[in-house]
Amino acid sequence: MILQNFLTLLLVLPFVGSIAAALLPTSRNAEALLAGSVAVAGLLVTIALYPVVANGGIARYDIAWLPSFGLRLTIRVDGLAWLFLILLNGIGLLVFLYARYYLSPKEPAARLFAWLLAFMGAMGGILLSGNLVMLVVFWEMTSVFSFMLIGYWHRRPAARDGARMALVVTAFGGLSLLAAVLLIGAIVGSYDLDQVLASGDVLRAHPLYVPILILVLLGAFTKSAQVPFHFWLPNAMAAPTPVSSFLHSATLVKAGVFLLIRVSPALGGTQEWFTIVSAAGLLTLLLGAFFALFQHDLKGLLAYSTVSHLGLITALIGMDTPLAIVAAIFHTVNHAIFKASLFMAAGIVDHEAGTRDMRRLGGLWRAMPETATLAIVASAAMAGVPLLNGFISKEMFFAQAAETYDSSLLDRSMTWVALIAAILSVAYSIRFVHSVFFGAPATDLPKEPHEPPFLMRLPVGVLVVTCLLVGILPGVTIAPALHTAALSVLGPDVPYYSLAIWHGFNLPLAMSIAALIGGLILYRLLATRITTAPEGPPILRELEGQRIFERLLVNVSWIWARRAFKLLGTERLQTQLRILVLVALGAAAWMLWGAEHLKPIGPRNFDPLFTVVWAVGAACAITAAWQAKYHRFAALLLVGGAGLMTCVSFVWLSAPDLAVTQLLVEIVTTVLLLLGLRWLPKRREEIAADRGLLARARRGRDLVIASACGLGIAGIAYAVMTTPPNRGTADWFLQHAYVEGGGTNVVNVILVDFRGFDTFGEITVLGIVALTIFALLRRFRPAQESSDRPEQQLRQDASDTEREDRNVGDTLRDYLAVPSVIIRWMFPAIITLSIYLFLRGHDLPGGGFAAGITLAIAFLLQYLGSNVREVEDRLRILPLRWIGLGLIVAALTGIGSWLFGYPFLTSYAQYVEFPWIGKVPFASALLFDIGVYLLVVGATVLILVAIAHQSLRAQRAAESEEEG
Amino acid sequence: MEAVLAIAIGILVASGVWLLLRPRTFQVIIGLALLSYGVNLFIFAMGRPRTGAPPVLDKAGIVDTSLYADPVPQALVLTAIVISFATTALFLVVMIALRGLTGTDHVDGKEPDR
Repeated sequence: MILQNFLTLLLVLPFVGSIAAALLPTSRNAEALLAGSVAVAGLLVTIALYPVVANGGIARYDIAWLPSFGLRLTIRVDGLAWLFLILLNGIGLLVFLYARYYLSPKEPAARLFAWLLAFMGAMGGILLSGNLVMLVVFWEMTSVFSFMLIGYWHRRPAARDGARMALVVTAFGGLSLLAAVLLIGAIVGSYDLDQVLASGDVLRAHPLYVPILILVLLGAFTKSAQVPFHFWLPNAMAAPTPVSSFLHSATLVKAGVFLLIRVSPALGGTQEWFTIVSAAGLLTLLLGAFFALFQHDLKGLLAYSTVSHLGLITALIGMDTPLAIVAAIFHTVNHAIFKASLFMAAGIVDHEAGTRDMRRLGGLWRAMPETATLAIVASAAMAGVPLLNGFISKEMFFAQAAETYDSSLLDRSMTWVALIAAILSVAYSIRFVHSVFFGAPATDLPKEPHEPPFLMRLPVGVLVVTCLLVGILPGVTIAPALHTAALSVLGPDVPYYSLAIWHGFNLPLAMSIAALIGGLILYRLLATRITTAPEGPPILRELEGQRIFERLLVNVSWIWARRAFKLLGTERLQTQLRILVLVALGAAAWMLWGAEHLKPIGPRNFDPLFTVVWAVGAACAITAAWQAKYHRFAALLLVGGAGLMTCVSFVWLSAPDLAVTQLLVEIVTTVLLLLGLRWLPKRREEIAADRGLLARARRGRDLVIASACGLGIAGIAYAVMTTPPNRGTADWFLQHAYVEGGGTNVVNVILVDFRGFDTFGEITVLGIVALTIFALLRRFRPAQESSDRPEQQLRQDASDTEREDRNVGDTLRDYLAVPSVIIRWMFPAIITLSIYLFLRGHDLPGGGFAAGITLAIAFLLQYLGSNVREVEDRLRILPLRWIGLGLIVAALTGIGSWLFGYPFLTSYAQYVEFPWIGKVPFASALLFDIGVYLLVVGATVLILVAIAHQSLRAQRAAESEEEG
Repeated sequence: MEAVLAIAIGILVASGVWLLLRPRTFQVIIGLALLSYGVNLFIFAMGRPRTGAPPVLDKAGIVDTSLYADPVPQALVLTAIVISFATTALFLVVMIALRGLTGTDHVDGKEPDR
């Protein structure tokens, strides 16, 4: 149990710390203290785990997450993860201390520390993952947090560009990795790391081995900045130095090599692995070192040097001998230690001297002797000087490079590539030290350089002392941990190796000496030329991965996208709708083309009266389509006619519920459209262009499309109607409606009981639509030319002025005088009808929808019959409250069934005896129907009133203008 | 009767689709109304509607369910009627707002360049 708690703590603590850091007030001390405590806790917990993993053991904690999908949260620590965890927490601790002094008091410390801690959590997650899916998730998280950290100074364009570039490249790699993981999971049958590692033979023999390998390598190479994906790392140097030191030298970029070491037992050991991985590694090693020598920016030099060292580690992993793996792990640790300290030293120089340009710096030895000493020792470790940690792992690399593998060109060139890269590495290390700390003292620095505070130097000192300890006493310091890590990767066949400084005079030692001397000479020869030349290496200066990337990005996201849109897209609604209709038509035709012909059976009756009904209906529909452009009012009436015929059909064919609802909706829709007509432009004259040949051709084409749609749907409808029904569902509802739903109107019982949840969704949609309309119309400005008073009113006023016995406005007031009285008297009658329709709904045609719309019509008539202002003085309708109340009632009815231990919206039916009235059906569905009723009233009234008010608004605006 | 209903559905849908492809907002809104009649009748037709089939149950109990009208398409259409009302209303308001904003009732918000 303690073990499990420890593992959970390791995973969760940094994230908790991150949230806490984000919430703390911005104070550098508090933030650093918090972050430091998290790191110390992580370090202590990790150390406490050592006995478990020491002899090849694995600490595991399985949490079932989605067991049915084989997804588990598996926290797993073995020797390799343990070593990386120590690095992560240890360097994290030092970086937090350093960052405390690096940040100026004005900068937001909370943001930096929160993201740093979040990154630490994500990186820890990669190390702790015992499940590949989980690993990918944390992998992508590190990309995101790295993005946030590189972009910390988000006002600088370089920071934004660098952050975006790093995110695009590494997230692309993450997606490849995800694809690889899914393939691996499909082949192995599990995402569990231990099972995958044990299935190496299956994976290597599988035909998909090469695609998987390439996808995994894309993930690892982008993260670990291997050529040709290296360019994001130098651009990431726009980040604050603590970030560069932590993420871009010690941890994040090591995730790639960690992954390669991790999966090497499962995917390694093949010719493809050797060729691709070591070739990429060697190329990166060489190019990185070459580029590094020609940088003028301190951090640029270190970034390319990091690229180069990552290449070295990758090359070692590619060789894939047990000794090479040991060397790879060892060099990963060494590099993290000396490179983190070098970044911190570079940050101190930048901080105290105000520039990182090596051409301007010089002679800082006098101003900051202690920092200089530390930086010199660390650079020596980077160059591979004996008695320092870099020396030992580099020797191991030389020894491995000199080995013979498959005698290919790659194999034979390895030794030379290693030697040349080592010479370059010595040269740039010397350049780093020489140009900053020696030579003529700089005179035009932005700041007067001096030693930084002791605590800012302390982290550098700790790391440099570690370099020395590992370098001088490897057997005591690093050997046990390294052995544990190697044991966890290689299993019992860890080879014999000795971590000694002196192995006698052999080839690696000769190579080291040659590299040191060669590097010194190279720097002497090139020093002046480098300083005077522009930044970047000769010959390859023009060929920048960064520019290729930018060009590609612009092409894909802008130029190609625009071209594709021009080619395939359209902004025209008509074209879009035409495509939509054609696709629907095509899909239906494709599905039904080869279908077995339906055999019409059963009685087909012919009813002359029904035929007359639809002769009228069809005439209405066609004329409406014909006249909709120039004679809107006529078209509107004709649509009403078609609607009435639909309504008649419903009555005819035994669907009274539909007929009632259709009729009521018809009324409301017509009124709505009538209200809308006022806001459309006048159109009486014929448009000349409409008579053109092109317009005729367009209409002809649309006519063909429309006819095809009509024919198709008529054919389907006829075919279905003349075949025997499949009434399974219908019978079930008919049998259960009364017994279980307590109502004889089956349609209503389906709506409010069996499919109550659907209806709940539907009324929610209705409410949303009403609110949307309300909101849209509040912002809307009616068209200027339509805002004037209608012609009819003007004419009425004119006649008033002419006649002596009348005042202006009299005719308007008397207009519709008789109907308005009738309407006023009908108000209570319609309300009663509405309640009647509602109450009988469960047993007879009617129900919440129909009743709601009826009540809305009652309100609507008041608006139609008299002056809007008068109506609103007498009647206060609050449609928004109706909508809210309706939703609440419906939801509470549903929730009520929870109280009795039933699922949402389970209904209960009973007859209740009322005095005078008699037995009344009472079902909980009735309550739900009340909700429907209220909402329908509210929504319909809200929509109508919102539109009706537009003319009032225009009028008010005009009045206020007159007054003003 | 089946043939008449099928033809009616066809004509409603054809008129609706034709209007849907027209350039003026009002034409499209009328088209949507016609199309929704057609589609509602089509869904309704899937239940093989008949004349004189009782839609409401007898409280005495069920004798033969096949005598009754199919309630499932009816329930679907009832929902569809209400939703198409909402769509029409929303479209109408967008139409009005578009006209106020752009000064034209063309569906693209600008007169086509001819």
